[in-house]
Amino acid sequence: MKTLSYPFDSSYILKKKRSIKKELLASGTGRIKKKIAVLGGSTTNEIVNILELFLLDQGIEPEFYQSEYAQFWQDAVFGNEELSNFAPDIVYVHTTSRNLSLYDFSMSASEEQINEMLENQYRHFEEVWTNVKEKFGCPVIQNNFELPFYRILGNKDATDIHGKISFIRRLNEKFAEYARKNENFYINDINFISACYGLEKWHDTSAWYMYKYAMDTQAIPEFAYNLSNIIKSVFGKNRKMLMLDLDNTLWGGVVGDLGQQGIEIGHETGMAEGYTEFQRYVKAHKQLGVLLSVNSKNDYENAIEGLKHPDTVLTPDDFVVIKANWDNKDRNTEAIAEEISILPDSFVFVDDNPAERNIVSEQISGIAVPEVNSVEDYIKTIDRNGYFELTSYTADDIKRNEMYRANIQRAGAEKKFSDYGEYLKSLEMEAYIDKFDDVALARITQLTNKSNQFNLTTKRYTLNEMEDVFGDDKYIKIYGRLADKFGDNGIVSVVIGRIDGNELHIDLWLMSCRVLKREMEYAMLDRLVEICRKKGISVINGYYYKTAKNAMVKDLFNDFGFEMTSENENGDRTFRMNVDGYENKNKSINVKNNGGY
Amino acid sequence: MEKEAILKKLNEVFREVFDIDDVVVTRATVADDIEEWDSLEHINLISAVESTFKMKFKMKEVSTMKNVGEMIDIIAERTKL
Repeated sequence: MKTLSYPFDSSYILKKKRSIKKELLASGTGRIKKKIAVLGGSTTNEIVNILELFLLDQGIEPEFYQSEYAQFWQDAVFGNEELSNFAPDIVYVHTTSRNLSLYDFSMSASEEQINEMLENQYRHFEEVWTNVKEKFGCPVIQNNFELPFYRILGNKDATDIHGKISFIRRLNEKFAEYARKNENFYINDINFISACYGLEKWHDTSAWYMYKYAMDTQAIPEFAYNLSNIIKSVFGKNRKMLMLDLDNTLWGGVVGDLGQQGIEIGHETGMAEGYTEFQRYVKAHKQLGVLLSVNSKNDYENAIEGLKHPDTVLTPDDFVVIKANWDNKDRNTEAIAEEISILPDSFVFVDDNPAERNIVSEQISGIAVPEVNSVEDYIKTIDRNGYFELTSYTADDIKRNEMYRANIQRAGAEKKFSDYGEYLKSLEMEAYIDKFDDVALARITQLTNKSNQFNLTTKRYTLNEMEDVFGDDKYIKIYGRLADKFGDNGIVSVVIGRIDGNELHIDLWLMSCRVLKREMEYAMLDRLVEICRKKGISVINGYYYKTAKNAMVKDLFNDFGFEMTSENENGDRTFRMNVDGYENKNKSINVKNNGGY
Repeated sequence: MEKEAILKKLNEVFREVFDIDDVVVTRATVADDIEEWDSLEHINLISAVESTFKMKFKMKEVSTMKNVGEMIDIIAERTKL
């Protein structure tokens, strides 16, 4: 919804929150439901109201628990029945510099005393996090601290250990250190957000004195948007692709008219500087695993010329797909999505031309199309929308663009073979399929939370839940990596089966669409059956839960040789197969394991 | 700004904040007259009025304002050219 994308009109959102909510609930389907416990150190009501809007817009239907006023510590440490019954999926601790209960300004305090004060204040919060982890085993989001609006020591407040600014900065660093060492713990950086908003405005002191809001109520939308981005990222709703126009988006001017030498990129003019910094910003996203593509109305040759300008930062190799032609951009969007098998609703489209933006956002449901205006604002607009908010990072991310490019080369190779089996053999595929391990767990969880299409049950797991499965012998849990002569695809498939007597129930079966039609699903099934035989399991039960996105696997179990045992009106299906008599189906992949089972 | 015009605009703000199409406020309206106008929504209402009229209430005014009429008087005073 445009109303809820940055740059937005905060006072409009605050005023119209009720009608915006109605509108959101009336549209949009297939939202995932999540329970969010908000443990506050100040008033949180309006924060929750506005957070709800942003989450609904990002595909999450939240249910909230709010602690009684300023009871964040008591709720976490002592617990209470209501909160236990609520059983949160995520806990958000909304504390601010107003909650620095142990900081006491005293110029006579020694360095040791200050250090002790800092440590005690830190422990006060750490106690909250460890208790939440023990009681609920769910992810925690914690605010760091915004700077105060006054400085008793003036500029020295930042350097003198007695100063509050010094204290806050040191405490923030300790929070960050905890975040570095603990997965499933995320910092909501209000230190940054309050600075962006302007500290003096942020500290609306009358809102604190009268209502105990620790920020200007007009700042709540910006604040809540930033928070919602962490939550949607944790629950696997990040965007995956940055699709870019060329002329006046990645460089100044029209390359078809001006020629390579005529476009503005480099350092000669202010505009050129602007486009250069923007190109750098875009290119950096490759390292986060964000895919890049081009969607431009241009002759292909001209587009490539532009991307080969001596001062360009982005080169043709940086993009997984370059569509430069005269087709409509919505068509090109669909073509790109199809070529690399990801859904266009995970795209962000950047184009300076409002007409192009309009056709794409009208035609492609769910796509994000930021209102970029002029090059000096591109970065700010895209950045503050948090499309690619990073909450987990795995070694596969940095290679993702290369993996997809290799995939497109494979598609080229495929055309040279008349027999598909022969083509598969020519890929010289090597798979590793075995029990979960520590190293793979983060990527397994990440893949589980973002696979939509080749996913039989679309069950989501937080890292804690995945760790529980990992440690529990009643589950058979395997993952698969796949490599071939064009490159390594990394971890591409996950299967979790729950053992019940001599039967197995498949809770999760998913695969990355990068490796469709490669017999990888057969290799996974072969291995699963092998493990079942070792464990004396004679029957495997399969489940297909229909969603808006997973039609491609509705017949997968039939294809595997399962028998369909029921089909619901809503499209859900159950299946069953005897392990006896199963014959291995994979003929093309050389599979290894490490003896995990 | 004229007080008549302020009242008219205030009615729009009330309708938006409370999302009630047929709410009509007069100078005599107090919080008890509108069911949704509780202490939490009061904050949002003040904030919406401030952003609409591009002015700020003083803390003392917020805590002593008795009815919509007094609100109008303060807005009129603060938005005087």
